[in-house]
Amino acid sequence: MYTSLMMEKILIQAQDICHRYNKECLALDHINLTLKADQISTLIGPNGAGKSTLVKILLKILKPTKGHVSHHTDLRVGFMPQKLFIDPTLPLSVAGFLTLGFDAKTSAKNLNTALAELNEQLALNHLFKHPVHSLSGGELQRVLLARALIREPNLLVLDEPVQGIDLQSQHQLYQLIYQQQRQRQCAVLMISHDLHLVMKNTDQVICLNRHVCCSGSLAHIQDHPDFLAQFGDMSPYQAWYQHQPHHCEHSHLDTKNHA
Amino acid sequence: MLDYFIWLALAGGLLTAWIAAPLGLFVVWQRQAYFGETLAHSALLGVGIGLMLSINLSLAILITSFLLVFSLHLLKRHTQLTNDTLLGILAHGSLASGLVLVALQTGVNIDIMSFLFGDILNLAIYDLLFMALIAGLVTWFLTTQWRNLINLTLNADLAQVEGVAVSRLQLQMTLLLALVIAMSMKVVGILLITSLLILPAATARRWANSPEQMLVFAIILATIAIVLGLALSWYIDVPTGPAIVVCALGLFLLTLVLQAFRPQTA
Repeated sequence: MYTSLMMEKILIQAQDICHRYNKECLALDHINLTLKADQISTLIGPNGAGKSTLVKILLKILKPTKGHVSHHTDLRVGFMPQKLFIDPTLPLSVAGFLTLGFDAKTSAKNLNTALAELNEQLALNHLFKHPVHSLSGGELQRVLLARALIREPNLLVLDEPVQGIDLQSQHQLYQLIYQQQRQRQCAVLMISHDLHLVMKNTDQVICLNRHVCCSGSLAHIQDHPDFLAQFGDMSPYQAWYQHQPHHCEHSHLDTKNHA
Repeated sequence: MLDYFIWLALAGGLLTAWIAAPLGLFVVWQRQAYFGETLAHSALLGVGIGLMLSINLSLAILITSFLLVFSLHLLKRHTQLTNDTLLGILAHGSLASGLVLVALQTGVNIDIMSFLFGDILNLAIYDLLFMALIAGLVTWFLTTQWRNLINLTLNADLAQVEGVAVSRLQLQMTLLLALVIAMSMKVVGILLITSLLILPAATARRWANSPEQMLVFAIILATIAIVLGLALSWYIDVPTGPAIVVCALGLFLLTLVLQAFRPQTA
């Protein structure tokens, strides 16, 4: 009963979103999207499909040209941006960086408890005193995840969280993300390129190429002709880019250079 | 006994140092040095316009700065040129236009050098009051917005998601920078003001382990530069604005040398 109620709680609802950066190019075309509490949603699509733009619109960082986004009053977002460039002239330790994200007003814990917990969960201990600009790719992503989690979010938004880190750390980071999701019972919206690591844990897959090609649970969409055309037999050795263009009514010029 | 005007100069210099140093931190962290330089150069256009229309020069400088920020925004959207090219065009375009406008003024006796390199020994009580007012404003702004400003510096999207009103804060920061440039013009002049923003911050970086530490060090270093510069100018009779900047530069170089003899830290 409780669970079914929770499942109905809608955190973000986007209606009929269209966005243009300039006159010639329609970046997003009539997008409808619902993010529910406790659900893992994965946004997939080629480079230039508008994934990051859509996430920015969903989070109200960017105002769409047309359409409406509504947030639940309880919505608390933990956001992990795609890249964080910290200028070396800014002296900031990992502990200082995390403290800057801590919101004493909404948090039930005090700062030290929150830090100690994250330290244990994400194995950050030896990093706390390090300057943020000296971290390796994998370490920085873990610290960014901690920064998103310190706000005790009910929605965790991750923009390509494993980009630019080695395979072993990628796997480790995904494990951490799913582990935290289960433990904290929060919803997740993740942009991702690699289907195989991500898919099996996902409740809702949204396949985006300027418009929503198809969306739904994996079981629901895996027979969808658009999905099959894009991802075929899901063989782990077939990269996403190598698949045949699917048959929706738009040009594939933007995806060709990645083939 | 030192003269009355030297005390006014010292007070004006210290007020400027205490305001420029904290703002300078953000200029350095956000890689805005060239933007600061451009704002400063445009101040001379402000002087030219102010003289032409016979309005208050500080007000004219502020209005020009806003126009400059606005044109930069427009040019970025409608040309394919990069930021540094646009800044270069605006900086020198407005400086040259300012020089031409000032030269066209007949009947007013203008010492252009005092705008370019400062005229700290001719500060009036009125100038000091204006400076104190802005100093109060900057202090209030930085103490209430410190954390938001650092978060904005780290990542604008993240700051926005965490509830910072990013575009408003950026605008406020730019306006404040323009105000500070307008007020410190009398101290070191248009051509040297950027150095007062970035030199103390750059020097402080070598010793600081946190943003707050860097703030304290930058303020101390700027204070030393002002006092030494005034003393240098007083005792060996050199122009004060450049003397202050030379002292700030000296502290920076001294830090480099000391650092070379210290074990490497982060």
